[in-house]
Amino acid sequence: MRWFWIDRFTEFKSGSHATAIKNVTLSEDHLHDHMPGFPVMPASLMLEGMAQTGGILLGEQKQFAHIVILAKVPRMTFHSWACPGDTLVYTAKLIEARDEGGMVEVQAHVGQRLVAEGEIVFAHVDEAAGGGGKIDQKNFVFSMLRGVLDVGKAGDGSAE
Amino acid sequence: MPSRDEIFEKVQSTLVDALGLDEDEVTATSRLKADLGAESIDFLDIVFRLEKNFGIKIPRNELFPESLFTADSGFAENGRVTAKGLDELRTRLPHADKDTLDALAKDPRVENVEDLFTVNMVVNFLASKLAA
Repeated sequence: MRWFWIDRFTEFKSGSHATAIKNVTLSEDHLHDHMPGFPVMPASLMLEGMAQTGGILLGEQKQFAHIVILAKVPRMTFHSWACPGDTLVYTAKLIEARDEGGMVEVQAHVGQRLVAEGEIVFAHVDEAAGGGGKIDQKNFVFSMLRGVLDVGKAGDGSAE
Repeated sequence: MPSRDEIFEKVQSTLVDALGLDEDEVTATSRLKADLGAESIDFLDIVFRLEKNFGIKIPRNELFPESLFTADSGFAENGRVTAKGLDELRTRLPHADKDTLDALAKDPRVENVEDLFTVNMVVNFLASKLAA
């Protein structure tokens, strides 16, 4: 399993907002334990997907000059669930972006149904503090999620 | 220019949002760490919300100076704040309560520095920022 909890960005307005989707599929191993007989996307992984959407939005604004780390979830409410075959749509709105970190407001929808909403605070750390291995978030976005940010090239943030 | 009460009410609701507390738990003399359970990451969150709620910019280190807490700053030795440290506190925290600063000078244990960070300190800081 690779730690990608978003599949694609469908909208990306640098410094403002972004939308990414996550397709929930029955072949994901963890769904067969969560829950047996009733596969449903774990809330923690939806949170991770929203954090990846918001974290990339925040990081891109400074051209990934800082390493962005999920630091605090002040508020997160789960209203509904997502099942295999659903497409989760995560929307993140950039509320704050400073040298020390930033904050996003996020929502998760399946169609019209609001699944989750809340706030996520990120902190920036410099590589020296990271210790051990080098983390390269810019590479993570550009080489692993190839073309993920190209969607924003239309200029107004909409998908081409 | 809002009144001190108006500033206090906004600071109170900011802390309620940031720390997930009830309104009546946040009083003027509440200490951010000891009474309200704030941690270092919460300080970042609090600064974000204060900027948004009051429409001002709070540059890094102005409200919660980081230099006070670094190990090699010379401001603390063996768990006690040095004279250099006390001077630094008085300079960097003009909005802190004077009585608490004096009490700290008499009992300069490093743990007591956190007691300077109260709701009143935040209100004082904002009052002077908004008046400028």
